[in-house]
Amino acid sequence: MSRYTLATSIANRFTGVALSLGLPLLVYWLMAVAGGPHSYAIAMRVLTTPLAQLVYAALVVAFCYHLVAGLRHLVWDTGHALERAQSQRSAWVVIAVTVVLVLLMVYRLWFVGRHAP
Amino acid sequence: MSLRSPLGRVLGAGAARDGVRHWWQQRLTSIALVPLTVWFAVSLLMLPSLGHATLIAWMSQSSTALLLILLVLVGAWHSQLGVRVVVEDYVHGTGARTLSLVLIGFAHVLLAAAGMFAVLKVAFGAAG
Repeated sequence: MSRYTLATSIANRFTGVALSLGLPLLVYWLMAVAGGPHSYAIAMRVLTTPLAQLVYAALVVAFCYHLVAGLRHLVWDTGHALERAQSQRSAWVVIAVTVVLVLLMVYRLWFVGRHAP
Repeated sequence: MSLRSPLGRVLGAGAARDGVRHWWQQRLTSIALVPLTVWFAVSLLMLPSLGHATLIAWMSQSSTALLLILLVLVGAWHSQLGVRVVVEDYVHGTGARTLSLVLIGFAHVLLAAAGMFAVLKVAFGAAG
């Protein structure tokens, strides 16, 4: 039964690539801030569309997963928790912690709320 | 019996010549990105708004500017290392693979430079 470890490994790679695609977005946002209030207002029209919101949601999930799964890889690199039973258990821990992190961020973003820019 | 030369074994390079260095850099950047990305996510969530004036005030702080530059540089380096492996695994044919790796390298350097420039511009007060 190695499919959990296989799935978590592929997911780590997939979320990593997704976050790489988020990097241009981060740089575009930073450049828009640096361009002044007018350029930022124009950029925010693009960055607040429903499609952009969907992209942020995907990036939040990808970030939380890649962070937790990456920490698991760093533990493996020290030579610990490599046994089959341990890695199957840690696969579930990774998924559980990811879900908790995503829910925390969703709670902060959508329920605690924030004033519109 | 190993067919590798004693020198090759000491250098630990393997067939790709720099596998150990790639592996080590991927780990170093991962470790650095744990606090950097968590700081970035928490900071964004804690900002009172994402309005321009708020962001300028936030990014004008030296600590914010420094951490943002580190985030962009280390993030771009980590991203480049990761995407490179994906290309090496899935893009077949020497020409397509080399072209992909060149474009990925250029794109990441451009992103790192642009991100750093933007942060410095705000930090030095040139983004009114």
